[in-house]
Parts: sequence; C-alpha cells; structure tokens
Amino acid sequence: MQIDLRTVSIKPLRQTFDNVAKYVGPDKAASRYLEGTIGIQPEDNFHYRPLWDPEHEIFDASRTAITMKDWNAYRDPRQFYYGTYTLARAKMQETAESDFDFVEERGLAANYPTEQRKLALEVLIPLRHVEWGGNMNNTFITSYGYLSAITQPCLYAAMDHLGMAQYLTRVGLLLDGPACLDVAKADWMEGAAWQELRRYVEDTFVVKDWFELFVAQNLALDGLLYPLIYQHFDNALAAKAGPTVSMLLRFQAEWFTEVSKWVDACIKIAVAENPANKALLSGWFTAWRDRAQVALAPVAAKALGENAESVMSEIVEQLNRRAAKLGLSL
Amino acid sequence: MSNVFIAFQRTEESRCIVEAVLEDNPHAIANEQPAMVKIDAEGSLTIKRATIEEKLGRSFDLQEMQIYLITLTGHIDETDDEFTLSWD
Repeated sequence: MQIDLRTVSIKPLRQTFDNVAKYVGPDKAASRYLEGTIGIQPEDNFHYRPLWDPEHEIFDASRTAITMKDWNAYRDPRQFYYGTYTLARAKMQETAESDFDFVEERGLAANYPTEQRKLALEVLIPLRHVEWGGNMNNTFITSYGYLSAITQPCLYAAMDHLGMAQYLTRVGLLLDGPACLDVAKADWMEGAAWQELRRYVEDTFVVKDWFELFVAQNLALDGLLYPLIYQHFDNALAAKAGPTVSMLLRFQAEWFTEVSKWVDACIKIAVAENPANKALLSGWFTAWRDRAQVALAPVAAKALGENAESVMSEIVEQLNRRAAKLGLSL
Repeated sequence: MSNVFIAFQRTEESRCIVEAVLEDNPHAIANEQPAMVKIDAEGSLTIKRATIEEKLGRSFDLQEMQIYLITLTGHIDETDDEFTLSWD
C-alpha cells in the first residue's frame, strides 16, 4: 500500500472579526491584542440609564471633556491583553521574588546600616498608601472611561499599583517587622512631610473627569514620584549603604519605564486629535504638575536632605521635556 | 544574483517578525504556507531588532528568533541589532 502525504492549504474566508477588520483591513491577520481590545465594550442599544447617574448612558463618552472621533484610536504600544500582560508581569515578578530571596538568604537585610534602614523605612513604607491611591484612581478610570482601548491598560495599571504596594509592604517586613506598617500609617496620616502628598492623593479621589484623573495620576504624579524615589532616592541609599534596597525596588523602577511608553502614547493621541483637547490637557497637566511638585517637595527633603531642591528641579524639567514631546503646551 | 530565504513557524510572535522583515526589506516576498511562512529575497535580507520590537511592543533578543526558525539559506552576519543573510 502506498500513502501519499500532501498538504492542503485552506484559505480562511475571513482573517479576523469584522469589527477588528475595520481597523486593520480585511485581508490582514489581526494581532491577538487588537482582537482582545477593539469592540469589547458595548457602544449601542443601552436600554436603561443608570439610576445613580441618569444624565449618562451606562457607558458614555461624555463623562470626560476630552473628545474623540473614534475612541478606539488608542493603542497600547506594549500590546497588552490578558495573556501578554500576565506573562510580562510573571516574568518581572519572578525576578523580584529571586531578588527578595537573595537578600533574605544572604542576610543582607540584617546587615543593612541602621541609619539608612531608618531612612528607607520612613520614606518607602508610607508610599504604600500612595500606591493604593494609584490603584483606586486607575480603577475609577476603568469604570467610567470609554472603550477598552484605553480602559483595559488602566485596569492593568491599577493591578500593578496594588502589586507595588505589596512589594513596599514586603520591604518593610524584611527590613523591620509588622510594626513598621503601623508606624508608617500613622506617619502618613499625621507626619508633616506627608500631608501635602496625602492631600494630593485624596483630592484626586474626587476628580470627576476620568481623563483629567489620568493626567493627574499617571502623568503628573507618577512622572515625578517614580524618578524621585526609584531613581534618585534609590541612588542616594545605594551610594551610602550598597545596593540591597535597590534590589528590592527593581520592580517599580522597571515598571515605570515600561508604563511611561503607554501613558505617553495615550496623551499623544488625545492631543493630536483636536486643539480643544490640547488646551484642556495642557491646562490639566500644568495644574497637576505644580500641585505634585508642592506635594513631593517635603518628601524629597526627607529623602534627599540638602540635594532635594536640585533633584526636584531636575525631575520637573525632565517631566516638562517629556510633556513637550507629547505636544502639550506648558 | 541568487536568492536567500528564511522560514518561520506561524505563531503570534513570528507574525510580528515577518511583518517587520517585510517592512525593512521591500524586495522580500512572503510565501505563506500552512503553519509556515517562507520569506524569499534576492541578494540579501536584513532582520532588524528595533523594527521587531516596535511591532511586538516589548524588548526582543534577536536570538529569540531561533525559537520560531525552521530553516534559512545564506551566509549569516549577526550582531545584537541586526541579522543579515546574504551570498557574497
């Protein structure tokens, strides 16, 4: 008996879903990212308006002053959908876990110099509450924002903030013990250095326009806080006491570099859409940047001592350059 | 001048690689087969890391390409940023 092996090529009738094909063209295979992003949120045929907000539909583009011809225009340059997001984070988490293990196994935390340990605990642990604020705000954007092209990555950012709050907690547990969390909470509620930042975070909780909140949290606050703590404060600690704490903060430092690409892409698209958006976003940005600067100044002073002012002006300038590149007028 | 070619398995990642290669090499022709894509090009073919990273949305090590690679012809000139096939 003879068997002939041959391949039969079957041409699929369509490459992807119609609502995705509208964006990539009918003959091109769409990426999983686009298939998992476009057309996920319903846009039409809502039967009832929510009782808690009868002025709006349950999903409503008019909840922000920003206008878009097509809210599907947003793209995440990281192309995160559930699969790629969890894979990327699992990878980062694995590295972070082995860093924590390393520090624990070698007894590096126990040998960490007392003075720097005290400073690290004082500066880092209250930031758990700021991370929680980031979680709340990005969750808000996810629930009131319009279309999954922009809300999906916000939910991921929300989860990231929660994860980073947990990493900060673990730094506290490793360097000290459970009691340091209560001390940090009291510091956050009453310590003079934290009240401006706490006001900033709590004020963002009542911002109604979700796109303004996006600017206030993801661009203005994160854009100053992360370079300040995870770059400059980290360097200052490492210079005096070695890289132990840097290892424990690696997740946050890498996360900021990655997430900035996405934040920049969103702002850029919104600014390029029309001049009204540009004016609104520029106004929001300058207002929240100035507030974030005020909020972080006492934290910088605590963390960096006499270098605080020069570092603050450096990171503000850095953020301004970043914003100018996105088309915002300062 | 003779042809060089490179063939990849068809996966979500290699789709981005193929897209990047075709963008960087306008003279290249993709030949799609079941479970495989073969890219033919006259003379030489250059695969650039930066373009793949842009399509993929994450950092990419050119050696990751080996995971999807089925076969290739040509002399290889490989750096961290580029992978070039040619006959010279």
